[in-house]
Amino acid sequence: MPKPMTLSEKIIAKAAGVESVTPGDIVTCAVDLAMMHDSSGPRRAGRMLDELGVPVWDKDKLVVITDHYTVDPDPASAAIQDHAREWVAEKSLPHFLPDQGICHVVLPENGFLKPGMFCVGGDSHSTTGGAFGAFMVGIGATELAGVLATGEIWVRVPETLRIDVTGKLAPGVAAKDVILKLCGDIGVMGANYMVVEYAGEAVRALSVDERMTLTNMAAELGAKTGIVTPDKATAEWLAEAGAGDVDIETWQGDDGAPVSRTITIDGAALAPQVAAPSNPENAADVTEYAGTPVQQAYIGACTGAKLEDLRMAADVVRGRTKAAGLRFFVAPASNKIRDAARTDGTLQTLEDAGALILPTGCGGCIGIGDARLEENMTGISSTNRNFVGRAGPASSKLYLGSPCSVAAAAITGEITDPREFIGEFL
Amino acid sequence: MSTDRNIPEGRAWVYGDNIDTDQLAPIKSYKNMEAEEGCKFCLEALDADFAGAVEDGDIFVAGANMGIGSSREQAPLHLKLLGIRAVLAKSFARIFYRNTLNFGVPALICADVDRINSGDRLRVDPLKGRVENLTTGETLSCDPLPEHLMAMIADGGLMPHLTKKLKQEA
Ligand code: SF4
Repeated sequence: MPKPMTLSEKIIAKAAGVESVTPGDIVTCAVDLAMMHDSSGPRRAGRMLDELGVPVWDKDKLVVITDHYTVDPDPASAAIQDHAREWVAEKSLPHFLPDQGICHVVLPENGFLKPGMFCVGGDSHSTTGGAFGAFMVGIGATELAGVLATGEIWVRVPETLRIDVTGKLAPGVAAKDVILKLCGDIGVMGANYMVVEYAGEAVRALSVDERMTLTNMAAELGAKTGIVTPDKATAEWLAEAGAGDVDIETWQGDDGAPVSRTITIDGAALAPQVAAPSNPENAADVTEYAGTPVQQAYIGACTGAKLEDLRMAADVVRGRTKAAGLRFFVAPASNKIRDAARTDGTLQTLEDAGALILPTGCGGCIGIGDARLEENMTGISSTNRNFVGRAGPASSKLYLGSPCSVAAAAITGEITDPREFIGEFL
Repeated sequence: MSTDRNIPEGRAWVYGDNIDTDQLAPIKSYKNMEAEEGCKFCLEALDADFAGAVEDGDIFVAGANMGIGSSREQAPLHLKLLGIRAVLAKSFARIFYRNTLNFGVPALICADVDRINSGDRLRVDPLKGRVENLTTGETLSCDPLPEHLMAMIADGGLMPHLTKKLKQEA
């Protein structure tokens, strides 16, 4: 009988062309898809590929997206965009998605990801792709150049950390709270080199948008990647994205596949979490930080501005107005999301509460564009990192929370338990 | 300084846990400028003297989870351009680990970094996994580099390694 394997091990084994793999093995994998963006892509990895003097190994398997500097009104950023466009044109690459949104959202939205794929992305949050049952890892630009040249990459087969979220999340509690709780409990190196597999009743009940938040922030646990076993919800999401044939049945982990560690989170008892500056592992129940004044609330990034994130925020602010003097920004994670949120009234609700809708892109998450924090400013955002200097100057401070928690803070001007507001709608 | 490029020798710069990529490469240091210029801002928020004082051949020593954060390669590149020839740490964030090695700079896991003080003179043999502390006379051991990466490090990093391989195949 073949040895039972986790979903991740099955994908790696297929990509490596071997029968089975075991954690710790070092194997060379064929890459099904590579994604790169304007910051580390054409201008860095592209340049190195050109220096090597070889073509892209398989043009059909490369997706280039611009998102990092698209909202930055600065000549250097414009030059980066120009270079990306020229490089793509010169190579006649078929898959170029400029200015449409943040890469980790735009990639699946355009049907490029499917269960069972082995993918790499030139960005640390490429882990997001695991929400679709793909094995997707983030790599640096030189490594990416190596993939572009050869179509291969070496991988150490990771151990599995299984997160079992039991029960049902309470209203006002989101996937972001699950992952922040984990950051707080096991720390930013709690899953170093491992794959984090999210499972359990509460995860099964989550929408794909919410699962993406979990896999996105596997990066904040130090993990190689995160993954969620694909199911009917995955298939439906991908069908809508035009991904074509999706095989859910093959891409399941085996019963009895060994995992290194299992952590159980009681989903029903989980309170909203907020991470204090300047590390995601400074996470605690929102009540710990309640009352802390904030001058900016930002709903944005690949982590926290998907359609469902915007809807959650809208549910909190509906019929209310933002605190006087506070800056309240919403930057949808893609243009498609913006359009859908416009159609269903979500954007209007947010605007009525005083939110300013910004163009899509990385923007405030990396301290560029309108949502950049100013000197000595304190903000709360639905992004994934709050390191010193990440979202503004070193004197600025950033709290991380769910879209609900950010929206609640936007209304009161201080960190606030969003359940206080959600309760009224029950 | 050691004459052998593959056995770096220099002063130790010792820092703590979780040195993140936003500190090694703040956004202002890599958006508008080339790394040769941007490296001057490396670690600015933590130690404003570092970038100006570090010398060719020096060794960076960190605690756990060195290089946590983004995939931006400027983080290890800045260290390299400033003259850092090896990075020792209790543990590494995985993308930083690979990025550093890809630039041909040995990244070595060393459980005993606490025994190194800033300013100590170190000689590092990455292939043997050995660190000689010339100041204290101690010899520390590191996890040796995985075998499949030794050839890449010996070639000076991933790009020179691939160039060589592509030539051989041609
Ligand atoms: S939104 Fe932030 S975390 Fe996401 S890809 Fe952009 S910079 Fe990275």
